[in-house]
Amino acid sequence: MSIVLSNISKQFGAFKALDNINLDIPEGELVALLGPSGCGKTTLLRIIAGLEQADQGSVFLQGDNVTDRPIKNRQIGFVFQHYALFRHMTVFDNIAFGLRVKPRKQRPSETQIKEKVHALLQLVQLDWLHDRFPDQLSGGQRQRIALARALAVEPSVLLLDEPFGALDASVRKDLRLWLRHLHHELNVTSIFVTHDQEEAMEVASQIVVLNHGKIEQKGTPSEIYDQPQSDFVSRFIGQTNVFHLESDEHQWLKNAGIIIDEPQGIVAHVRPHNIIVEKKIDPDYSSIILKDWQHLGSTIRLELNRDDPQGSATTIYAEMPNEQFHALDVNKGDRVALRIKHAHWFN
Amino acid sequence: MQAVSLNNRQQTQTALNDPDWVRIGLVSISVFVITLFLLLPLTTVLIEAFAKGWSAFAASLSQPDTLAAMRLTLLTAAISVPLTTAFGVSAAWTIARFEFRGKSLLVTLIDLPFSVSPVIAGLIYVLIFGAQGWLGPWLAEHDIKIIFAVPGIILATLFVTFPFVARELIPLMQEIGHEEEEAALSLGASGWQTFFKITLPNIKWGLLYGVLLCNARAMGEFGAVSVVSGHIRGLTNTLPLHVEVSYNEYDFVGAFAGASVLAGLAVLTLILKTLLEWQQQQQRKL
Repeated sequence: MSIVLSNISKQFGAFKALDNINLDIPEGELVALLGPSGCGKTTLLRIIAGLEQADQGSVFLQGDNVTDRPIKNRQIGFVFQHYALFRHMTVFDNIAFGLRVKPRKQRPSETQIKEKVHALLQLVQLDWLHDRFPDQLSGGQRQRIALARALAVEPSVLLLDEPFGALDASVRKDLRLWLRHLHHELNVTSIFVTHDQEEAMEVASQIVVLNHGKIEQKGTPSEIYDQPQSDFVSRFIGQTNVFHLESDEHQWLKNAGIIIDEPQGIVAHVRPHNIIVEKKIDPDYSSIILKDWQHLGSTIRLELNRDDPQGSATTIYAEMPNEQFHALDVNKGDRVALRIKHAHWFN
Repeated sequence: MQAVSLNNRQQTQTALNDPDWVRIGLVSISVFVITLFLLLPLTTVLIEAFAKGWSAFAASLSQPDTLAAMRLTLLTAAISVPLTTAFGVSAAWTIARFEFRGKSLLVTLIDLPFSVSPVIAGLIYVLIFGAQGWLGPWLAEHDIKIIFAVPGIILATLFVTFPFVARELIPLMQEIGHEEEEAALSLGASGWQTFFKITLPNIKWGLLYGVLLCNARAMGEFGAVSVVSGHIRGLTNTLPLHVEVSYNEYDFVGAFAGASVLAGLAVLTLILKTLLEWQQQQQRKL
């Protein structure tokens, strides 16, 4: 089901949670609503679901204006951050719930319900837990049951509110990939809310970055990362070094390889992997002290300190693969050469 | 080394626990107070009720006026408890789920009967529905009796009991939260389906507890009912009123017999309340 949001605004008292949101989500996409706390992403999700009403604007599902339609008639599946499993029902009854509350004419027989529930339990690989109660399950298990429950009524849209927020890191990693595979299998339009940009980049096919109730940028993960359209997106996604042109950095940046005779902005954002560090110092080019480094698995993050404390970025972060760093053969406190390959300019 | 650790242990003990004499003292005072104000009266009631033997006791209880009083008490409870429960559940639902102007006013109003003397409660109804009250002439015209009749008694009982269920459920529903209900709605359940299948099972122990307390109060209410009832023997005397009437006529066995029934009800309520609390704890432990 395609989703269209048109001029959605929402206020809570004096606080503007959403400011004129316009969004188009084609069928079958797996979209992440990404942003810091308080940016309005959960409110937006709940408005799409029908759990909240927008003050202005309309919601269209598959072309139908559902703005005034209650949640039970929108054919959506919702997965809550804290699962919201029915505590007094078994796992089986939880999943069967949506099928059992259908109006008599549409309600499947108990045998059909049983088949469907077990099929879903097998899909989430938890068939053996069917007679347990929610408080006997682990967090990851609960989340998968919550997902199975939402899928039982065959929704046209799947909405997930920070689905992995309450889980430990390793369970989160596994479930992220699992969700992505599930989406490929089922091909239901899905939207999930997260504040974890790694999660958004890993799972989603489209990312919508929100800040202070407005959409900053919408695009694929690589578009968001490699072509950030605003200062906020560039800072929020991945690591960035920020250089202000106003301070006396012209010469330093020029020597570092960035041509600024015609600057394309007043602030340069440089990703750590776009900074090249070399051992041989060339007097015409910028040099810098290597202060420290951190192992990040397959890459090393270098902490570089500027000699001139008046510069706006006193610590610069560069990243390079393990082997390249070992080949460099440098020690802490060494002076190294620095070149900037590419920068994003903002005003 | 050892001396130091022993000292530490002693210090920890005094830091965390009160000295023995404080504990023994406080427990003794509590036992003394409970004996004086609860056990002594209860035992006295039973002793006096059976002072003239079992047959006198049974005879008092089977007198038509006593039976009428018991029937009226049961009727009052049978009408006020369901009504109070219905009100309590709706009020708790509204307060726990929605934000609206006047919410704190509603919560305060629900607590009102606790701060008002029951006699005043009874007086309110006399002032409204009594012969010289606001609606008095209109009621007389249509031959409807409220004051000095059963409807008045029920109204007065409703006033004093209506906070019970609400007060029990409001914090409970606020604590449980409404995510499960939102989940049920998202799965296609209607409002009523959500209420009966999701909300009710989650609040059942709190609800039973509130109903139990409400029932105890409905059966035992004296002040408010006394003002509106008119004490018409056999017609508008509830059991508590009947006890007072009997006592004033020096029918001590009769009075204490009635009182022992009420005391028995109190003890039963206490036992059920303890069982429910225990059940609730068991459920939480799971």
